[in-house]
Amino acid sequence: MISRRDFLQVSMAAAAMYGTSGFGNWAKLAAQQALTQDDLLQFDTFGNVSLIHITDIHGQLKPLYFREPSINIGVGDNKGAVPHITGADFRKAYGIADGSPSHYALSAGDFDALAKTYGKIGGLDRMATVINAIRADRPDALLLDGGDTWHGSYTCYQTEAQDMVNVMNALKPDAMTFHWEFTLGSERVTELVESLPFASLGQNIFDAEWDEPAELFKPYKFFERGGVKIAVIGQAFPYMPIANPGWMFPEYSFGIRDENMQAMVDEVRGMGAECVVVLSHNGFDVDKKMASRVKGIDVILSGHTHDALPEPVQIGNTFIIASGSNGKFVSRVDLDVRDGKMMGIRHKLIPVFSDVITPDAAVSKLIDEQRAPYESAMREVIGTTDTMLYRRGNFNGSWDDLICDALITEREADIAMSPGVRWGPSLPSGSEITREDIWNVTSMSYGQAYRTEMTGEFIKVILEDVADNIFNPDPYYQQGGDMVRIGGMGYRIDITKPQGSRISDMTLLKTGEAIDPSKNYVVAGWASVNEGTEGPMIWEVVENHIRNQGTVKLDPNNSVQVVGA
Amino acid sequence: MELTRRNLLAVGFGAATVAALPMRVLAAAEEQINAFTGGAEAGEGGITLTAPEIAENGNTVPISVDAPGAAEILILALGNPTPGVAKFTFGPAAASQSASTRIRLAGTQDVVAIAKMGDGSFVKASSTVKVTIGGCGG
Repeated sequence: MISRRDFLQVSMAAAAMYGTSGFGNWAKLAAQQALTQDDLLQFDTFGNVSLIHITDIHGQLKPLYFREPSINIGVGDNKGAVPHITGADFRKAYGIADGSPSHYALSAGDFDALAKTYGKIGGLDRMATVINAIRADRPDALLLDGGDTWHGSYTCYQTEAQDMVNVMNALKPDAMTFHWEFTLGSERVTELVESLPFASLGQNIFDAEWDEPAELFKPYKFFERGGVKIAVIGQAFPYMPIANPGWMFPEYSFGIRDENMQAMVDEVRGMGAECVVVLSHNGFDVDKKMASRVKGIDVILSGHTHDALPEPVQIGNTFIIASGSNGKFVSRVDLDVRDGKMMGIRHKLIPVFSDVITPDAAVSKLIDEQRAPYESAMREVIGTTDTMLYRRGNFNGSWDDLICDALITEREADIAMSPGVRWGPSLPSGSEITREDIWNVTSMSYGQAYRTEMTGEFIKVILEDVADNIFNPDPYYQQGGDMVRIGGMGYRIDITKPQGSRISDMTLLKTGEAIDPSKNYVVAGWASVNEGTEGPMIWEVVENHIRNQGTVKLDPNNSVQVVGA
Repeated sequence: MELTRRNLLAVGFGAATVAALPMRVLAAAEEQINAFTGGAEAGEGGITLTAPEIAENGNTVPISVDAPGAAEILILALGNPTPGVAKFTFGPAAASQSASTRIRLAGTQDVVAIAKMGDGSFVKASSTVKVTIGGCGG
């Protein structure tokens, strides 16, 4: 059992990075000059084992802007619990000064202004520098990739993720688990997984026909580091064939399978594991529930829901680490494992400020090589934006407002639907929008923009179904992600109601009339999980729209009325 | 034309089943339970029902049940038009009292397993399986 005192040794990035000097007067500070690489990397090496966690990079090789959500509602036992507090409440909970680097990296609020002060964040060449610095302290540190790595950019699409595999291999991970990787299709996944010089893990990846563990993926792998036998168990995204097109990987079945997770923990403990780490793509609330049901896990490295938390969350004797997304953060977790058990933990969520951390030259060169054949196409400027463009938030974001506008205009629809994914970088106001920027928020292997007719009743059924996947009070019935974004229609949602009763007051915005359940509406959308969906690719639709607009300017979206938060 | 008619119908069908999900125990299910238990109260524990929280395909949902010492196990899908799924009978020489099968679920509903134990008592376990249109993850 870890005492509260040991837990308090957890260092907080905010305090280590900036002290109190930035408090309240961020506008006067030249942040890049005040913040140093040594500040960001400072860590008193602890115990005898180091874990390095990166997750949900979504194909982002280069530094970017990424605004965290201002609306991320928790339900059931997770109401008001991290990561479901945002903005000023989040900063207050962690003692983060307004305007500080941690404010910018970890929370929403003043993002547009702070982006101009602190610049871009992430980049795999900067992550390489951080990883190498940790390895300088602890040469046998384990590097663990939580998945959603092989998806999400122009080059990742064109190379079927070879770009990401090449660059990640240079970082020398020890193990990886999976989610969007499977949307490459099982044939390509097999080809890439077989090429990896490290372990591909997922105790919940099963053969769909026989309901037995899939041969290609191992449930766990043992490592001996610092004289400690460590078992790393993989947990892939449980709802792959439901949230993504199952027809692309029909050979596989997933699920949470916590009874099998318990069996695997018992098995590795029986084989002498002194420390059990789960590399998870469950999402944070699912990981919390799993930690309460499965006994014997020391650390869960949590991915999928893109939360970045400056401290671990403790459930029983299990510590859950959330390391953000899109290359913004690297988590370092030092453990003291003695006499066959974990005695202490020290953790730091390291924000990868790209103007502060020196890129690793070899990895920079490798990234440039992956991008070179596509640079001229990616760099083409399609338009500019007066409005800051971002995606994260439970109900809408300005990028999706723009995508929905594009669908309604270019596809002559009454109503548009855009999937509630959480990936996709932001653009500060005044930015040029390049083709690469558009692909960063739309790229996927099933990007066809469909146009069809739906009755008002069916539209409500879709909204109710998706809402229950987010707001079901039991995390095991949640899929992660956010509400499907709706253009051209407003509605009211009471998140406390059961499925079928949450959505009301659906209104067609162009006429102000209530949606008629029996009437047909023309709906345009993208990212259908159905096989054979037809239509132009969404990035072409959005590019045409932006080109026609020249300068993007969006009004604030107030079309969703939220009750019960 | 973008979505094919066939796919649209597939979505429509899935949605219709999801929409019609009153969590009521059909009279038929109650009748079957009473016929199996003779009206006796079923206790908790001693039986493990393993089912996915969310079905990957409502047409074929893998479930398994394990009840050491059971003579018979009845499985019901309470929301199906015909709730009876299977009844497994174990002879005295059976090495274990467990079984796996796949069931078709008309929508989100509870799946129930009731075991008649060697001493004539009953135990039960249930699990909610959600059938959803699906959508978009993070």
